[in-house]
Amino acid sequence: MSEIVKITRVGGTAVPIRGNDIDTDRIIPARYLKEVTFARMGEYPFFDERYDGSGKKKDHPFNDPEYKDASILFVNKNFGCGSSREHAPQALYRFGIKAIVGESFAAIFAGNCTMMGLPAVTVGAGEIDQLVRSVEENPRTEYSLDLQSKTLSYGNHRIAIDLPETYRIALTTGSWDSTALLRANLEQVKKTAAKLPYMSGFSS
Amino acid sequence: MAGRTLYDKIWESHTVGILPTGQTQLFIGLHLIHEITTAPAFDMLRESGLDIPFRDRTFATVDHIVPTDLRQRPFLDKEAEDLTRALENNVEQFGVEFFGLDSMNQGIVHVIGPQLGLTQPGITLACGDSHTSTHGAFGTLAFGIGTSQVRDVLATQTLAMDKLKVRRINIGGALGIGVYAKDVILHIIRRLGVAGGKGFAYEYGGAVIDRMNMEERMTVCNMSIEGGALVGYVNPDQTTFDYLQGRAYVPSGAAFKRAIDYWKSVASDADAKYDDVVEYQGKDIEPTVTWGINPGQSVSISERMPRPEEFPDPEGAKKAYEHMGWQPGAPMLGTPINVAFIGSCTNGRLADLRAAAKIAKGRKVNSGVRALVVPGSAQVKKLAEQEGLHKIFQEAGFQWREAGCSMCLAMNPDKLNGREISASSSNRNFIGRQGSPQGRTLLMSPAMVAAAALNGKVVDVREYE
Repeated sequence: MSEIVKITRVGGTAVPIRGNDIDTDRIIPARYLKEVTFARMGEYPFFDERYDGSGKKKDHPFNDPEYKDASILFVNKNFGCGSSREHAPQALYRFGIKAIVGESFAAIFAGNCTMMGLPAVTVGAGEIDQLVRSVEENPRTEYSLDLQSKTLSYGNHRIAIDLPETYRIALTTGSWDSTALLRANLEQVKKTAAKLPYMSGFSS
Repeated sequence: MAGRTLYDKIWESHTVGILPTGQTQLFIGLHLIHEITTAPAFDMLRESGLDIPFRDRTFATVDHIVPTDLRQRPFLDKEAEDLTRALENNVEQFGVEFFGLDSMNQGIVHVIGPQLGLTQPGITLACGDSHTSTHGAFGTLAFGIGTSQVRDVLATQTLAMDKLKVRRINIGGALGIGVYAKDVILHIIRRLGVAGGKGFAYEYGGAVIDRMNMEERMTVCNMSIEGGALVGYVNPDQTTFDYLQGRAYVPSGAAFKRAIDYWKSVASDADAKYDDVVEYQGKDIEPTVTWGINPGQSVSISERMPRPEEFPDPEGAKKAYEHMGWQPGAPMLGTPINVAFIGSCTNGRLADLRAAAKIAKGRKVNSGVRALVVPGSAQVKKLAEQEGLHKIFQEAGFQWREAGCSMCLAMNPDKLNGREISASSSNRNFIGRQGSPQGRTLLMSPAMVAAAALNGKVVDVREYE
């Protein structure tokens, strides 16, 4: 498998997307799931919110030159709900987002992010307001997410972040790309399977 | 020691071990795949030179992208053709059983699994589709996964998972006439919220669920994910066993008896301990319709649309009104519609088509409405035609289509245009979901969709029952 990449720190400027319950159809419309690979997904995040029917740019943080090259995304509650499409975090990642900080994430989305090496971490509601205000006031603000100390720092501020401990370990030890880890136990997998009566068609 | 839930039991028997991350390595008994979320996973296998160690536990079909009218190959949509071809090549190269377009077993992945008897109690089931929770109706631990996880299941037949908590949801009493499984799950999501199930598996039970047939239970479990719950399930019982007996992948004779013993053993114990319990009454559930842009934004047919300030998230409600174009406080009854869609993994099964046909029989679709019936599988289509349901729909003015996901997510040519409003038996009313970025979706039961199609507006199906 691919080489081990430990993700302990993500630094850079940020971009805010306000609103709760932003679903993966909004993050990437289904028509782009027709592509055979993820290669071009970076062109499509929030496509229908960024462009009108004639392809003209609409007002959207991802179109705003102020937030160009942002690597951290600030969001609100239940971000990434709906479809399990990994195309959604792939689109954000390939657009340039290397960490997402929000109030909460939908379960499948958070799992998909982790398996791609894209940390999705949570902070309190008041803190996300503070972060969104800070980046709206000064889009050049530099933020630093540290998964070892579980903090997000900018200027003189230091905010505690949270994420499931299993995800934190997977990211920081480089085992987020889990295939090799799982495949190493194939003999034990076969033993577990052999004990399940349906695996032999209930033959005994 | 307190009793265990079905979730606890299946989790334990499928645990391979604990990984260095602290996650559980969970064996996956059945893996279903389709054309949309799998191509990069097969690419990753090829790049790493990996095989599929349990390839007889993966089954493939095509559903999301397939046209439901003209199905000759190559498809008119070149992207759809390329993606379908990619799946066909992948299943061929890796030796995976495939129910393609020419198979009588083709259909929506969550319809064919149960129909073939692949979906069984006491197994773990994963699929690269969030509505995999559907299979929980059988007492299956079933959940949706992303493409990287599809790769892991192909390469190892396992996943790295964290255990969920279990919330028991009791629906007591009985449902009124004209109230369906769809109304039950919309009611639950409205009460618990679209994120309320985060971190939980939902166990559905109580008198209403006990009396439901398997197709109704599938409708309820299907939308668990719309309530934020990765997993939803119903404990297996005689209804489950009767449904499974005689199906293609279900053992027969003495093996079937042994299967029933196992299936009974996985049901939650009477004294099982739950992390949370909620209770609703069937009599309090009315035909329910969504007014907003997520499945939790719904009202009973007799209610008015709520005011944003009544919501915990007024900004979210305002965003919904902005998109939908209604006035807060407007009645749901009488809301105009342009399109009627009956189908999807939520409500595209035979019982759903029967319920809709009962309303449509001998009546005519309103002249301003484009109405589609899309069976959930080739088998559902065949059985419906044997009963003459297609004639009822066609005579009423509905289009009768081939099996697929169709307008639930509009990856094929079935789409809304512009600001059209759709009465839909599907599962998501997200902005742009049915193929037009400006389109609008009202989720409701198939019978309610049929009634709306006849009237060109939302009506109370109980007037017909």
